Amino acid sequence: MRHRRIESIVDAVGHTPMVRLRSLERETPEVEIYLKLEYANPGGSVKDRPARQMMLDAIADGRLTKDRVLIDSTSGNTGVAYSLFGAALGYRVQLVMPENVSQARKDITRAFGTELVFSDPMEGSDGAIRHCKALVEAEPSHYFYPDQYSNASNPKAHFLGTGAEILEQVGDRITHFVTGLGTSGTMMGTTRRLKQHSRPITCVAVEPAQPFHGLEGLKHMGSSIVPPIFDPALPDELLPVETEDGWDMSDRLAADEGLHVGHSTGANVFGALTLARRIGRGCVVTLAPDRGDRYFAPLRWEKHYEW
Amino acid sequence: MSITVRIPTPLRTLTEGEDEVSVEGGNVAQVIDALEAAHPGLKDRLVDDKGVRRFVNLYANDEDIRFLDGLETPLADGDTLSIIPAIAGG
Repeated sequence: MRHRRIESIVDAVGHTPMVRLRSLERETPEVEIYLKLEYANPGGSVKDRPARQMMLDAIADGRLTKDRVLIDSTSGNTGVAYSLFGAALGYRVQLVMPENVSQARKDITRAFGTELVFSDPMEGSDGAIRHCKALVEAEPSHYFYPDQYSNASNPKAHFLGTGAEILEQVGDRITHFVTGLGTSGTMMGTTRRLKQHSRPITCVAVEPAQPFHGLEGLKHMGSSIVPPIFDPALPDELLPVETEDGWDMSDRLAADEGLHVGHSTGANVFGALTLARRIGRGCVVTLAPDRGDRYFAPLRWEKHYEW
Repeated sequence: MSITVRIPTPLRTLTEGEDEVSVEGGNVAQVIDALEAAHPGLKDRLVDDKGVRRFVNLYANDEDIRFLDGLETPLADGDTLSIIPAIAGG
């Protein structure tokens, strides 16, 4: 599908490649391990899928119109996706994000003409959610608020896209699916599709082992505002992953597989490898939500550099 | 040397829900030890045997201590040390 000619960048979402992780399989010779490269989406992350679905569904039923501003709270990748599709489809976009998101992310979304509103960095993404809700409540008719945490189009994108594509790619082999919990949209939608498959597929949710963690994009459900779209009964298992293990796996994927990925991918793959070691035989699939270059922080020497 | 330490939401279970605590200390390392004495369990979340944990961001007033003198960064009476969380979710 990726070689086809398309009418709009909006149509370039999905149909991402899946790569086999041979260097990890050396530790688990009877288990195949695959990584679906969601960073191959046009906005550079898995978030293109839910953002596109939420916008197209809202345009179709009249919730998103040209005289409204799309607003949402986002740690970055969803914001990049809204900004990209907003520009391509002709809708205004405003984003609420904690002030400590990286400069690169702020610059990427602004490049598409998006307006940024900053929330308290001490409050994390939950603070951005509360700040965004307050703005919408003050002027409800001015905004379209997709609210990725409670919007059914978010998991729907993964039910129709991610889950169906995984079955096309490895439906004859997959025994286990692993992915991290953020909004939980990926886990919910993909799992619902995989559970419809004729053979049983075990679906495992990765979550940060500690409430205070460094796996950006992932949520520790026990200490966070739980997203309304999250159904705790759906995952077959919750697999805690330590920040350091996720970070080390990200480094290893870059060095050994040529995959420069973000920390949530490291956590997903660490989870997949943990599971592979335990099951001994089978086929484990996980996702790479984004690339590592989204997380470059300024180095000491360039911190105060000005163009 | 009274230092105000700003505590992020996920660590407030260790500070009885307080978002700010005051402790004594002349540099970041001393403040962390004082935090541990007052709120046992906090130190492990912030540092390991190699120093500040890689994913933890500590700010002396408005500056990341990585760009200052790390754990040796001096703090003066009235300064604020902020523990900044990762940006979780979505």
